[in-house]
Amino acid sequence: MDNLIEIKNLHATIDGKEILKGINLTIKPGEVHAIMGPNGSGKSTLSNVLVGHPAYTVTEGEVIYKGKNLLDMPAEQRSHEGIFLSFQYPVEIAGVSMTNFMRAAINAKREYHGEPTMSAGDFLKMMREKRALVNLDSKLANRSVNEGFSGGEKKRNEIFQMAMLEPTLSILDETDSGLDIDALRIVAEGVNKLKNENTSTLVITHYQRLLDYIKPDIVHVLYNGQIVKTAGPELALELEERGYDWIKNENPA
Amino acid sequence: MNHEKEYIEIFDRHRQLIEEPCARLLNIEREKAFIKFKALGFPKSNDEQYRHSNVAKLFATDFGMNLGRININASPAELFTCDVPNLNTRQEFLINDSYYKGGNNKKELPEGVLLGSLNDFAESSHELLAPYYNRLAGNGDSIAQFNTSFVQDGLLLYIPRGVEIEETIQIVTMLHSGIDMMSNRRLLIILGENAKANILICDHSSNNNKSLSTQVSEIFLADGAQLNLYEIEETDNNNARLAQLYVRQNSNSRFNHCNVTLTNGFTRNLTEVVLDGEGAETDISGLVINDKQQHTDNRTLVEHRTPRCNSNELYKYILDENSTAVFAGKMLIRPGAQQTNSQQTNRNLCLTSCARMYAQPQLEIYADDVKCSHGSTVGQLDENALFYMQQRGIPIEEARHLLMFAFAGEVIDKIAIDAIRDRLHMLVEKRFRGELNRCKGCTLCK
Repeated sequence: MDNLIEIKNLHATIDGKEILKGINLTIKPGEVHAIMGPNGSGKSTLSNVLVGHPAYTVTEGEVIYKGKNLLDMPAEQRSHEGIFLSFQYPVEIAGVSMTNFMRAAINAKREYHGEPTMSAGDFLKMMREKRALVNLDSKLANRSVNEGFSGGEKKRNEIFQMAMLEPTLSILDETDSGLDIDALRIVAEGVNKLKNENTSTLVITHYQRLLDYIKPDIVHVLYNGQIVKTAGPELALELEERGYDWIKNENPA
Repeated sequence: MNHEKEYIEIFDRHRQLIEEPCARLLNIEREKAFIKFKALGFPKSNDEQYRHSNVAKLFATDFGMNLGRININASPAELFTCDVPNLNTRQEFLINDSYYKGGNNKKELPEGVLLGSLNDFAESSHELLAPYYNRLAGNGDSIAQFNTSFVQDGLLLYIPRGVEIEETIQIVTMLHSGIDMMSNRRLLIILGENAKANILICDHSSNNNKSLSTQVSEIFLADGAQLNLYEIEETDNNNARLAQLYVRQNSNSRFNHCNVTLTNGFTRNLTEVVLDGEGAETDISGLVINDKQQHTDNRTLVEHRTPRCNSNELYKYILDENSTAVFAGKMLIRPGAQQTNSQQTNRNLCLTSCARMYAQPQLEIYADDVKCSHGSTVGQLDENALFYMQQRGIPIEEARHLLMFAFAGEVIDKIAIDAIRDRLHMLVEKRFRGELNRCKGCTLCK
């Protein structure tokens, strides 16, 4: 099977400071990968670089996604090609309704793929169906994007958007942070329902608990800008038990 | 640079020509105003009120003035066609400074309502209008005095007590001339006790010559009167507008004003509201969208003279390219104006490093039991929001439009009349997309 994404020797900086120091990571269609690691190891930087955040500069390496050079694409094209980031801190956008926001996103994607604009009726029907997947209140969908949403509502809204956009590669950046157990289950169930043999997921998390719901095939440990350990799901359990110090000791900075 | 001298000469030389077609009331006030103008001259560069708006230099152009009241043979219907459906308004026209009756007005006005040429009514209803005309602008600055000195016509709306006009009255002001042209126009709006009206003023220009208009409006709201006044400027880069709006509100009256500067050249809008009766409420707002070398200066004064009045103020600016703008808003709470509720908000977006915003919120309070707040910010589009939208596949230009549209929407949503609000949302969107060329609606421009 072809690789969905292949990250080779990726180096990246922010404000001149090198955060990623040679990442190598390959994900095949249908796989769930988890990236764990202590604070400041570069987990969020990796997700931001993959979606083309302008604050980060790639200084070395390449990323091949669906056989194309990902780093050449502007952020919106990466989205159209099926990369989705569930933000650690979803942004509030005052005055832009969820409906207008989603309609602009869906129609931009359709235009990119040469498809006609979605009719208002079809669009609203799709909104209703996908909303149900994460129990998102219809009132929230009529409000401004993330404005006045609680932490849990914001994360559910991320998964709702993921359901709307049907990505091929979903990156969940600490989607479990700030969630209570019930919200965590709803979010994880939403993610699982959206999974199929062609879509892949990259879960970035500190803790094992999200991985109880979203079962990874492969677990990586990111430390000091590099992947220092890769193993099966049992690695996450080991980290839960032993913490990160032994990783740090094995890999002095 | 002493351009006032030229105008003083013009006035002295053509005094008879100016006064001859005009009502006695206009000429009585003209006499007083001209003495004041002679003493004051045009605003100087060290005048704090005009510090960022060099008004004196506007008068350097050799403008034509139609003092002889030559009929320009303009047909409002040909110059202006309103292309927005469902905007069922009653149209009245001020072309240059002359009143023209609209063609679409089939409905009879309620009894006692006076709507039409200010000069004609000043002649026929001198006793009725004398207590109002120039009572507020009479103490105004040199531009107000200049306007009163040269004004020959304008529009009057008088609504007697208890009368409500449901239909929105749309006043279309237009500059139309083959030469560089100045026009000095006047609006006088008087609402009796509990009278109600909605007014939409559309300020257009319909040629490519340089133009300068001074517009002085005086509004009197008696006890319980309610007025919604919406103003949209859609002129062009060659146009200069010096507008002054004076409002006096009595007890429990309501005034809602929204002033939208959509396209323009040089604009200075002065808005002064005096709350002179318990329980009066005023809500004034403005939206400015500027680019190129455009300049817009909004100055407001809300004066609370009596207890238990509310005022609310919201002005938002979006400045692109090399545009410059000013917001200077003052809330003045007089002694005895207890239990005042007063709020002022000014938010500005500068989209380029060349755009300049001068913001000056001011609060003067002389009463001790009041609730007053003000805030002003200048910033750029939220980078995080832009990236968030891009990640969802929205192209950066579209994302910028969505954010600007949302920013502007807060002001437009204050408009209480659905058709006008929808129209403005549409016009603002077109403006951001660069699809709005000069004045929409003028057949001459199409």
